[in-house]
Amino acid sequence: MRVALFITCYNDTLFPSTGKAVVKVLERLGHTVEFPAGQTCCGQMHWNTGYQVEALPLLPRFLSQFEHAEAVVVPSSSCVAMMREHYPLMAERIASEGGDASLPHRVAELLPRVWEFSEFLSKKLGLTDVGAYYPHRVTYHASCHGLRSLGLGDGPTSLLKAVRGLDLVEISNLEQCCGFGGTFAVKNADVSSAMLAEKSRAVLNTGAEECTACDNSCLMHIQGALHRQRTGVNTRHIAEILAHTEEDELDAVQAEVKL
Amino acid sequence: MSRVPLDPRTAPTFQQAAKTLLGDAQLRKNVRHATDVIQAKRRKLVEEKQDWQQLRESARQIRAHSLQHLDVYLEEFERNFTRAGGVVHWARDAREAQSIVVGLVKQLGANEVIKIKSMTTEEIHLNNALEESGIRAYETDLAELIIQLGEDQPSHIVVPALHKNRAQIREIFRKAMDLPDLGDKPADLADAARRFLREKFLRVKTAVSGANFLIAETGGICIVESEGNGRMCLTLPETLISVVGIEKVIPRWSDLEALVQLLPRSATGERMNPYSSFWSGIHPGDGPQTMHVVLLDNGRTDVLADAEGRQTLQCIRCGACQNACPVYRQTGGHAYGSVYAGPIGAILTPQLMHMDHSQTLPYASSLCGACYEVCPVKINIPEVLIHLRNKVVEQNGWYAPESLAMKAVAFVFRSERRFRAAQRLGRIAESPLVKREKSTFPILDQEEATKSGWIGWLPGLLGGWTDTRDLQAMPKETFRDWWEKRGKA
Ligand code: SF4
Repeated sequence: MRVALFITCYNDTLFPSTGKAVVKVLERLGHTVEFPAGQTCCGQMHWNTGYQVEALPLLPRFLSQFEHAEAVVVPSSSCVAMMREHYPLMAERIASEGGDASLPHRVAELLPRVWEFSEFLSKKLGLTDVGAYYPHRVTYHASCHGLRSLGLGDGPTSLLKAVRGLDLVEISNLEQCCGFGGTFAVKNADVSSAMLAEKSRAVLNTGAEECTACDNSCLMHIQGALHRQRTGVNTRHIAEILAHTEEDELDAVQAEVKL
Repeated sequence: MSRVPLDPRTAPTFQQAAKTLLGDAQLRKNVRHATDVIQAKRRKLVEEKQDWQQLRESARQIRAHSLQHLDVYLEEFERNFTRAGGVVHWARDAREAQSIVVGLVKQLGANEVIKIKSMTTEEIHLNNALEESGIRAYETDLAELIIQLGEDQPSHIVVPALHKNRAQIREIFRKAMDLPDLGDKPADLADAARRFLREKFLRVKTAVSGANFLIAETGGICIVESEGNGRMCLTLPETLISVVGIEKVIPRWSDLEALVQLLPRSATGERMNPYSSFWSGIHPGDGPQTMHVVLLDNGRTDVLADAEGRQTLQCIRCGACQNACPVYRQTGGHAYGSVYAGPIGAILTPQLMHMDHSQTLPYASSLCGACYEVCPVKINIPEVLIHLRNKVVEQNGWYAPESLAMKAVAFVFRSERRFRAAQRLGRIAESPLVKREKSTFPILDQEEATKSGWIGWLPGLLGGWTDTRDLQAMPKETFRDWWEKRGKA
């Protein structure tokens, strides 16, 4: 299949390794990967913070970049949730305010071809084992958008369970928000930190070496606390785990020895 | 026993209030414990209902339909209630409602009333208005009684004293009821409350209530409760005055089928409310012989006029969204500066206040969606929050500092060239703040690992982040840089 990647502004800038891992997995599975260069941001931050006027122009921009793709894969559950929940509304609003009247139709056409990365693997391709090897103890954080908006269910954990060597340990407060919430983490920093404290405590209680998720925004938040407390526990996007193979492990060990 | 009611016009911002409350370890423990218990009970009873999702959908439709034809059903209610011997009053705002109730009580020559738990009367600060006119109001709901005797504020719409534990309640009763030897077993406390209230039930001739639903078809009032104190107020006094928001009307008696299944399960994790009372008008020798209903608008028709905010009025006040909300669970209800706390408060209060005085409430949510998931009438609270945030932004104008920043970022996102320039600039700007350290974990890209850096302090608006969290520095190469290099290789 020809897959177009929407890497998201956030991953592009802060977590390029996630994008690289997505490319690696998809190519290993035999798909052709494209990266439409004109992509920037889905508009989530603006829309959710109340800056709707500012978010609107990002919709036609996204459409023009991805309309012709066979499938669009996005390594971020919150960006996909943004598109599924709000793009139809945004398109209606633009059309009703005298803008491009074709937008609602075009959005409806494209959305069924937009997939969150793990969802693409498990629901669209019907895979559980993607040939990964990762000999670590890992816990999974179900980000709110993946859990409630996209209904990912046990898709991501099934993929993780099929990874050779991986020891998946369950977190006690799986369905609880980590407290990130985009600008919420800054606007309500105290409450956000209190929520985060609970989440990071639960991560530590699992005894895992790493915490993974389908969304780097939650992971950046959780990592922020784990690093501040010098816990030695890290976070990693699920794509990186699914990309990892026996050869990578060998390389990593050799590099470690050389260092 | 007077107290300053929660009022969005005088309340601090959500952030300020939350900061204070986060420091109250006892309160947070009580809130956590109580919401855990209620949530567990709710989950169990929802799971045993095979048709829960269909029930939710029919309730949503009933409520949405009622609101769409609110004028028709309110008039139908008025006709039927009047025919049955009751009197209907219409109140545009809190002040009008207060003066109607005060006027009625004075007409009766009474100087005290007993009250059934009612958030609507809390909303209009009725107890204070009564007191100013020399009328004493006695709360009869156990939780409301605790709040009243403790000169406290309700912090939850179903369990107003949920932020207090048993030891604290005992202290309140000991002092207010003058019972130095009071024990702290639930039975001791219940007994003390019973003695205290029984005397009021038998003496006071006027009751003031709210209502869970108004039934247009029968001109009926529905009040559901757990303790039976409400029913005492509905049967013993000679006069009943009910203050009810206009959105509470439903068309038919049969609509209750779905609603009274959803409400107790969502609210307290009970299959049925122990006491469900339905009153329509006057019946000689049975219950109150004079009945008044005050239909309260107080901002509701304006909410109704807003297509996107309207669903807020579907609410049946079960409080499930509060128990599920991770923000509410950290702060409790008082941070919301209004009698309506938690997710429902965050969307209802700003709308009732015409977006004045409660601008920080739409932001008191991480948009995690837990409230929407549990809401028995399927109010899409996150969607309404986002809608209200847009209104706040419009109200604050383009010159607010945040607005300028957001506009600048939006300008950047509208062009790939500008976006790339901003990525480069961001790296330069953050570099003085970055501390380099060797990565402690195996990473795919070893070159990056050794140079990973962290930010432990950020200036200005972003400073809240680094109070408790570190931030990973930007990597040297963006994904798109890598992708381009790869294409050339
Ligand atoms: S918004 Fe929904 S969950 Fe919250 S109190 Fe109202 S009916 Fe209950």
